[in-house]
Amino acid sequence: MLRIQNLYFKYPKSDFQLQIDDLLFNKGETHALIGPSGSGKTTLLNLIAGISTPHEGRIKYKDIEVSKLSEAERRGFRISRIGFVFQDFKLINYLNVFENIMLPYRINARLKIDLQVRSRIKLLSEYAGIDKYLSKYPKNLSQGERQRVAICRALVTQPELILADEPTGNLDPKNKKKILDLLFKYCKEEGTTLITVTHDHELLPDFDEVIDFSKLLSEDEINLRLNKTNTES
Amino acid sequence: MKNSFYLAFQYIWYHKIRTLILVASITIIIFIPNGLEKLITESEVRMMDRAATTPLIVGEKGSSTDLVINSLYFQDEKLEPISMAEVNELNSLGFGYCIPILTGFNARSYPIVGTTLDYLKFRNISFSEGKKMASLGDCILGYNVAEELNLKTGDHIISSPESFFDFAGVYPLKMKITGILNPTNTPDDRAIFTDIKNTWIIMGIGHGHQDLADESDPTLVMDNEDGVVTATAKVFMYNEITDKNKDSFHFHGQQQDFPVSSMLFVPKDEKSLTILRGRFESGEIETQAVVPQQVVRNLLNSIFRIKQIFDGVFIAVGFATLLIFILIMTLTIRLRKDEINTLEIIGSSRFKVAGILSMEIAIMFIASLAFAFILYFVSGYYVNTFIEKFIL
Repeated sequence: MLRIQNLYFKYPKSDFQLQIDDLLFNKGETHALIGPSGSGKTTLLNLIAGISTPHEGRIKYKDIEVSKLSEAERRGFRISRIGFVFQDFKLINYLNVFENIMLPYRINARLKIDLQVRSRIKLLSEYAGIDKYLSKYPKNLSQGERQRVAICRALVTQPELILADEPTGNLDPKNKKKILDLLFKYCKEEGTTLITVTHDHELLPDFDEVIDFSKLLSEDEINLRLNKTNTES
Repeated sequence: MKNSFYLAFQYIWYHKIRTLILVASITIIIFIPNGLEKLITESEVRMMDRAATTPLIVGEKGSSTDLVINSLYFQDEKLEPISMAEVNELNSLGFGYCIPILTGFNARSYPIVGTTLDYLKFRNISFSEGKKMASLGDCILGYNVAEELNLKTGDHIISSPESFFDFAGVYPLKMKITGILNPTNTPDDRAIFTDIKNTWIIMGIGHGHQDLADESDPTLVMDNEDGVVTATAKVFMYNEITDKNKDSFHFHGQQQDFPVSSMLFVPKDEKSLTILRGRFESGEIETQAVVPQQVVRNLLNSIFRIKQIFDGVFIAVGFATLLIFILIMTLTIRLRKDEINTLEIIGSSRFKVAGILSMEIAIMFIASLAFAFILYFVSGYYVNTFIEKFIL
């Protein structure tokens, strides 16, 4: 249902290149993207979401060719079909939990706030176990609670596709499991596709598919990027 | 729009103190030049109104500004007095009539204006309660004096001694309030009017004491020669004029020698005024006559010159504030780069983000304008205080 073919992407003023011949993500499946830092996992998420556009090739979601959409159409595609989860949660500090979850509705005119949305937020927060914190601000929550808020925000628009960029990267082992279970449970119940970038190999057995970016790249390129990462760190 | 406003408001509300500081700064920058402009314009109108309704002020030679300020606004400018003889002389010329004014005394910080009933008639002031002063020891309060001191007809007010240690000079006089005047929005609202004779009593020119002829106590009399009785300090001086003791009040000396701070001259007609001014200018009459409108105009012109300098300063400060505001907003946007990026990734357009940020600025500016407007509106109530404190 999401197919990437003959993709080529390069950042300007950088020697980074991403090349993917053919990659398929099936509906309702959970996918883990692994690989060394700088191998293009986050770039791929951005390309799928239409935040960046490829130089060559195509990204096709159902019958929509994402790479050929205009910026406004890509934004519409993103808001109506994709839910984002980030490693650093990216919650808005001046909004309380309820308003953080409702944020997609506040920033896009295509989405209307009605009673259904409000009751969905309540249901989702109960589902994620954060219903007690709806009036609290992010600074008053633990890391695990913050990530659950971020997940509720990603799910509130009932997306068909969830893109998660290291969603467990900042969490302790107990919270890692909880967060991932929450995402898996939701995807299973709603038939949503999950694409997750992760470095956590312990979690990989839980995914339907693991895509190793180091296998998508040539050996020379992997060594080059590994050297670069080591130098930077 | 509604959502942009909502998010902008949430941001502002979350950063209350930061916003308040910014709003307060903008409010001050908007208010001060406009408020000052209003105060000066209002002051000009009120000062010119009062000056325009007073054709001529006569007083001892010296500063014409002091003479006008004392006579129109009852400020504590110490004037060299003229005598009642000069008032009578001017009255006798037949060009109009004079209203004597004697100031320099206070009661609970409000000026006591010794004058005649002609003053109230001339200023066209009506009573909100009570009636004119009828006998010695009566007084009338301006509207604000009565309001601020919570006094009504029938109450009393005591004049303040000029100096706490001045045992020999000014005696406190307890005066009965017979009437309260209607508000006029002029210095009359903040004055206590009494008959000029009462001010002479306050000065010590007149007084009342126990009748020495009836007293058998020999220690009250220091000397009694040819019917001229010299009393000792033991004699009881009255500090209130009542029906019982009013006959004991008397003045020492000739009334024509008694002092008057200044007089308002009300001419019969324009021609009389012109002739009289001519006599003053030729030196035929030794005192000084000034047209208040001219003096106040000169005073205001000096203030306008100072205001022009201030206007320049305000423009510079306003420009500096604008630059600082732009800097703050630029730094804020830089600090909020991550937040802006998140909004765009989730699905917000750049236009929407710009809309939210603009809304924040708009809310702050509208709040500042609203506060500045309130201050501007409220400042109108302080015109009299402004005139007293900063102009006179």
